[in-house]
Amino acid sequence: MALHDIFFYVFAALTLLCGFLVVVNPFSRSPVTSAMFLVLTIVSMAGLFVLLHAFFLAAVQILVYAGAVIVLFLFVIMLLDLKEEDRRKLKVFSLGAGVISVGAVAGLVVKGILDSGIGKNLPAATAEGATAPLGKLLFTDFILPFEIVSVLLLVAMVGVILLSKKELK
Amino acid sequence: MHVGLEHYLVVSGLLFCLGLLGVITRRNILVMYMSLELMLNAANLALVAFSRFNNNLNGQVMVFFIITVAAAEVSVGLALIVALYRKRQTAHVEDLTAMKL
Repeated sequence: MALHDIFFYVFAALTLLCGFLVVVNPFSRSPVTSAMFLVLTIVSMAGLFVLLHAFFLAAVQILVYAGAVIVLFLFVIMLLDLKEEDRRKLKVFSLGAGVISVGAVAGLVVKGILDSGIGKNLPAATAEGATAPLGKLLFTDFILPFEIVSVLLLVAMVGVILLSKKELK
Repeated sequence: MHVGLEHYLVVSGLLFCLGLLGVITRRNILVMYMSLELMLNAANLALVAFSRFNNNLNGQVMVFFIITVAAAEVSVGLALIVALYRKRQTAHVEDLTAMKL
């Protein structure tokens, strides 16, 4: 097996395992554990991006997601001073129904992907996601969404400041 | 076995279903939000895989925008959660029943 394939299996297994541990963590009921496993998921996804030759996106993923979004989550957890999730009565029926329905959706998705024959007869993959071609695309074909996204970030910032005021004068 | 497009798509689909499981079963609002981020990441992986195997860089530009919008959405959503917690003093979704019929 090529080294590329080994790395893919390692990163894919790590991603799915850590994603599972975000949702179902048997270690503790606090959301900090879920946030730590989410960081691990995002880092292994950045590894998968590098395997797909999307180098700029892997770096952006680590910088933005692992560096800013998770830190924001942890700040909010610290601010709210959440203790352990208090134990409510475990609704076995609704939990079981949820797991079964999501399992059915997962089975449908995987079977649909494997049966569709989507990976056959593809040309050789040559797209390199280096910074220069991506930047050129961003500033020529996608200039309008780029400007709109910058306005969106400004609006989000103003909204957050407004929402966190203690009382509106 | 040579790793092809369907391998990446299967990983992306399973990750999406794991996020869906988190949103459905967990009752702490912050863990539900983290599972939502998992679903967004699964979509990102699918887009990058398609972009690589179809030799089209538009998928990667779209992922760039998705990451940016997700960051803005997380900040606004967390501000909302903080405001809600200040008012209701609970982070458990089942206590928030103001809009129940």
